[in-house]
Amino acid sequence: MSWLIVLPLLIPLTTGILCLVLGSRSAQRVLGLVGALGLLAAALALLSQVNQRGIQAVQVGNWPAPFGITFAADHLSALMVLVSGVVAVVVALYALAEGDTPREQQGYYALSHLLLFGVNGAFLTGDLFNLYVWFEVLLLSSFVLMILGGSKAQLAGGVKYFAVSLLSSILFLVAVGLLYGATGALNMADLATRVGSLAPGLRDGLAMLFLGAFGLKAAVFPFFFWLPASYPAPPVIISALFAGLLTKVGVYALLRVFTLLFTQDTAFTHTVILWVAGLTLLLGVLLALAQGELRRLLSFQLVSHIGYMLMGLGILTPLGLTGSVFYALNHMIVIAALFLLAGLLERLQGTTVLVRMGGLYQSHPWLAVLFLLPAFSLAGLPPFSGFWAKFTLVAAGLQAGQYAIVAVALLVGLLTLLSMGLVFAEAFWKNPPRPLAGTPTPPGLGVPVALLALLALGLGLWAEPLLALSQRAAQELLEPSRYIEAVLGVSR
Amino acid sequence: MNTLILKTTSRFLFTLLLLLSVFLLLRGHNEPGGGFIGALVAVGAYALFALAHGLTAARKLLPLPPLRLVGWGLLVALLSALVAFFLNKPLMTGVWFSLLGVKVGTPVIFDIGVYLTVFGALLSAIFGLEETADRTPEEAP
Repeated sequence: MSWLIVLPLLIPLTTGILCLVLGSRSAQRVLGLVGALGLLAAALALLSQVNQRGIQAVQVGNWPAPFGITFAADHLSALMVLVSGVVAVVVALYALAEGDTPREQQGYYALSHLLLFGVNGAFLTGDLFNLYVWFEVLLLSSFVLMILGGSKAQLAGGVKYFAVSLLSSILFLVAVGLLYGATGALNMADLATRVGSLAPGLRDGLAMLFLGAFGLKAAVFPFFFWLPASYPAPPVIISALFAGLLTKVGVYALLRVFTLLFTQDTAFTHTVILWVAGLTLLLGVLLALAQGELRRLLSFQLVSHIGYMLMGLGILTPLGLTGSVFYALNHMIVIAALFLLAGLLERLQGTTVLVRMGGLYQSHPWLAVLFLLPAFSLAGLPPFSGFWAKFTLVAAGLQAGQYAIVAVALLVGLLTLLSMGLVFAEAFWKNPPRPLAGTPTPPGLGVPVALLALLALGLGLWAEPLLALSQRAAQELLEPSRYIEAVLGVSR
Repeated sequence: MNTLILKTTSRFLFTLLLLLSVFLLLRGHNEPGGGFIGALVAVGAYALFALAHGLTAARKLLPLPPLRLVGWGLLVALLSALVAFFLNKPLMTGVWFSLLGVKVGTPVIFDIGVYLTVFGALLSAIFGLEETADRTPEEAP
């Protein structure tokens, strides 16, 4: 049934619109959660459909591909949609428990669902120009979310975010325009059959333009500077959503474009990606170690670990791509948990500056557990999900003989553990330097964090299903003919 | 702005511009026009009225607050895309039917949604700007 593919788009859109139309705060709160749960259910149904029947495609408006608008769902798309559904539900729960009334009245629920609409559209579209349009949809919502409430820090972060996003959009649009001029196609499946016949110089140039455009979105070296400047600014219900979803859209776009379109000169393009991955990993984690504020530290960790996802793409073997996909899914959960937790700590202690925090282990021992679960997963300790993700990537690197990137990956894992240990020592272990003034914390804020933390643990103890799904996603990525056949209806 | 000429003419122009906007909306199906440009003309009508008679008077002429209109516009557009579901066709497939001898289709309904959305979004921007412009002299020290 072709409607299942567009359901992850229609549900957030309908929810967002109803929130706008209804206006009453309590109705919006209910809708916010119901919409997120609906999205999760639709994503599960879509994944099971893709798992049973292979890649699904639908031509919107009933105009045949490559002329109409195509949506296509393979394992990668379906998995990304599913995990964004999980993050959406958890963030909605946190927002409900927190009850930030002014932001709720300014349309938080409508905007966050329109953001999800854009994110899922980007995951599911089968058309390169439409990918640009979906980026714009999610960016427009994120601009408003970024400055919702209008504090000074938010406006300062928002301006940087706006400028960088615009630059990336222009790069992307130029790249799409040039590619269209050279091939006369925009449908990704159609493009995949045509890019091979371009002149190598032109092809590599275009590939680098796309790498730049998506790299800016994904916040990789050397384009990551904007992320730690803007993500810590908005309240945690917004920044956790951004941290979980937005950079992964950039990663998804890179995964898609560099397995479907630009796979001819891998010696050049994918070596560049490996270098970018290594430098992102190293610089991100070193800068994270230098931070004294929790949310900025987490932002740099977010940047650093994007490198792992690119590492698998750069290696471009089945195992490497499996690792990339698994890492992206695992990271969405873990980083959203850590961002939400940072918001919770800020409430409890009135600050996220590490030197001023302390004593949480004594006052809230269960919070220490909630912190350690995702933190260990981020660092890649067994038995957490992050361990399997890193293990797969390192094994892939060793198999492919890319020893340098493996060394970097292992070192960064160690440094991540160090940085998480520092946070634990500062915020949880040491005595607070002076009495802390926290704001009253509504009960139930820990529940969403606990859900994500347990999910990170559960995916580590029972990694097989998700790993198998990631493996199938990797297989599909490495055999573009299946994607092309599903979209165009004929094998070429 | 307090001029008699503007106040008197804006009443006539308001109606005329709104009629023109509906004309443009419906003309858009086969000829230049459409929901977007029609809404721009309608916003022009309201902006003119607000300049001549003040914001409060202009707001009174709206059935709903502008941002709420955006929601309704999006809802209308979404519903037009969903009609195809009942005919077992993919999302947004154009469906045509005859209403009292006039050919009506989901693209027209979609255009009405666009009209409402653009109208609400632009009007809320213009009202917001005029509000700030009204407030600034008082707030300046």
